[in-house]
Amino acid sequence: MIWETIRLAVQAIFRNTMRSVLTVLGIVIGVAAVIAMVTVGEGSSSQVTADVEKLGTNIVMIMPGGMEQGPRTQSVAEAFKLKDVEAIIDQIGSVDTAAPYAQTSMTAIYGPESTTTQVVGTDNRYLDAVDWPLVMGRAFLNTEETSGRPVCIIGETVRQNLFGNTNPIGETIRLSSLTCEVVGLLEAKGASSFGTDQDDVVGLPIKTFQRRISGSSDVAMIFVAVQDGKSTDRVMGEIKALMRERRRISEGEEDDFTVMDMKQIAEMLSGITDVLTGLLSAVAAVSLLVGGIGIMNIMLVSVTERTREIGIRLAVGAQSSQVLMQFLVEAIVLSVIGGLIGIILGLVLAIFASNMMAIPFAPNPAVVGGAFLFSAVVGVVFGYFPARRAARLDPIEALRHQ
Amino acid sequence: MAGEAPLIEFRKVTKIYGQGEAEVRALDGASFTIKTGEFVAIMGPSGSGKSTAMNLIGCLDRPSSGEYLFHGVPVASLDRNQRALLRRNYLGFVFQGYNLLARRSALENVELPLIYKGIGRAERKQRAFEALSKVGLKGREHHTPSELSGGQQQRVAIARALIANPDVILADEPTGNLDTKMSREIMQLLCDLNDNEGMTIIMVTHEEDMAEYAHRLIWMVDGKVERDGKPSGGGGKR
Repeated sequence: MIWETIRLAVQAIFRNTMRSVLTVLGIVIGVAAVIAMVTVGEGSSSQVTADVEKLGTNIVMIMPGGMEQGPRTQSVAEAFKLKDVEAIIDQIGSVDTAAPYAQTSMTAIYGPESTTTQVVGTDNRYLDAVDWPLVMGRAFLNTEETSGRPVCIIGETVRQNLFGNTNPIGETIRLSSLTCEVVGLLEAKGASSFGTDQDDVVGLPIKTFQRRISGSSDVAMIFVAVQDGKSTDRVMGEIKALMRERRRISEGEEDDFTVMDMKQIAEMLSGITDVLTGLLSAVAAVSLLVGGIGIMNIMLVSVTERTREIGIRLAVGAQSSQVLMQFLVEAIVLSVIGGLIGIILGLVLAIFASNMMAIPFAPNPAVVGGAFLFSAVVGVVFGYFPARRAARLDPIEALRHQ
Repeated sequence: MAGEAPLIEFRKVTKIYGQGEAEVRALDGASFTIKTGEFVAIMGPSGSGKSTAMNLIGCLDRPSSGEYLFHGVPVASLDRNQRALLRRNYLGFVFQGYNLLARRSALENVELPLIYKGIGRAERKQRAFEALSKVGLKGREHHTPSELSGGQQQRVAIARALIANPDVILADEPTGNLDTKMSREIMQLLCDLNDNEGMTIIMVTHEEDMAEYAHRLIWMVDGKVERDGKPSGGGGKR
């Protein structure tokens, strides 16, 4: 009997193909949007995690400013100095190395070419810490670092923008008033998870940066590489204690700096993607509601149109519950077909988007199953009222209906 | 069901539509009994209550007062679902306007009652073929109603009424939309079913000619049975 009912429903749906297509469009769009959103969202989440892991799970970053103030409120909290970097290396065990880091955005000029790029003040230890090799030239010399010589190491994007086919090593570029010699070229790294180009960078010795660019002895951030196999949590605890001592923070007072490892950053970033995905999916889900109302509307029209048919069925002995089932199943089949088309469409969209955004395609079976179930529920909820109206028709009246 | 009780018994059945000023007494204390195997014609002027009587017999409606016993069972005590089951198992309908499903083949129309009886597809098809051949529509099984003449459509309707082996066929103006020749064919078909298979037939008509095919004529006026007996011509048409 149930197969009979489903067969009947499918026949009724395909008898009026155009109308059925328009009816399920709302469901199709809603399901497709939710599936695409969630799939792309999860893909980018896992991309963020993978990126951060590539950066190194043993990296710890220290920034001035408390967590609740936001890590970048340097103006409020006292900045770090180079001595803090040395202190970490000297006083904390399990630390491989530590490096200062400061950056600003500037225009770099070489002959007639110019490009806006990130200028970073740091030292060779940073390249070690994040495991970033050079492909040409050399790293900074010890003397260049200690005396703040005007030398720089450039990223692949800067080389392309300024030098084209010219060998950059030994050439000089201008950064505002500073003229510096290119001594090394970094290996290409590609885009970070937020789409920023990591190769669009010019590295200077930190002292050169402080003297000639920022004009202060501040260090915006400290990168610490923890020894392999050692717990970053323990090292982070030790760093906190050391920094509180050095910054004279009395007991009971909040930290005025933030210590984070890559794991936390990954969590933070994927937290942001999750919130975005959730919001967009909620908007898409509204379309499902609208789609359900569309189905109810068409089913009501269908019940009116088929009043006589219902009368005939009642006369030959159909029970109210059987008529109810017939129309309910029709609504469910309609919305489930819409759901299936939506799932396929959503996954196809997600494949396209994943390719374009260079993130992994991560379909979630639970979400796909959930969307399918939800479309069936939409059919039940919005099909019930029209079906009940059909089931309650008076057979005599229904047979007289023209 | 036991055979002692008559098939259909109306005891002072009254049916009132509307309320107060707009009250209409469609049936007003009508009483009659119909036994298995009879061929009864119900006639009367417009508004005499013959269609109302037919709807009540068909369990599509319930009496306002009085009693309608089907096989001795008071129909008033049955709810909507039980009356649907009664129609499904014991009654077959033939309407003036045929009332076939327009886009379905003759075969699909005929098998419809069996779907609700929960009979499997293969058996349904076989029985529908048999029923259609019984009403002389062999070879037309896959035609839709629009591809059939009025007489043929009414034959499909009769096949549909027959297929579930009902106790009685209720025909409401079965020849109302047909010309004389086709009407005669349909009446002959009903007579054959009555003669050869003992099928009880109750027919509402306003054509005296058609009533002549029946054994018995119930003449109604103003919701009451005015005359109950042989048709004026003695039922000599068969």
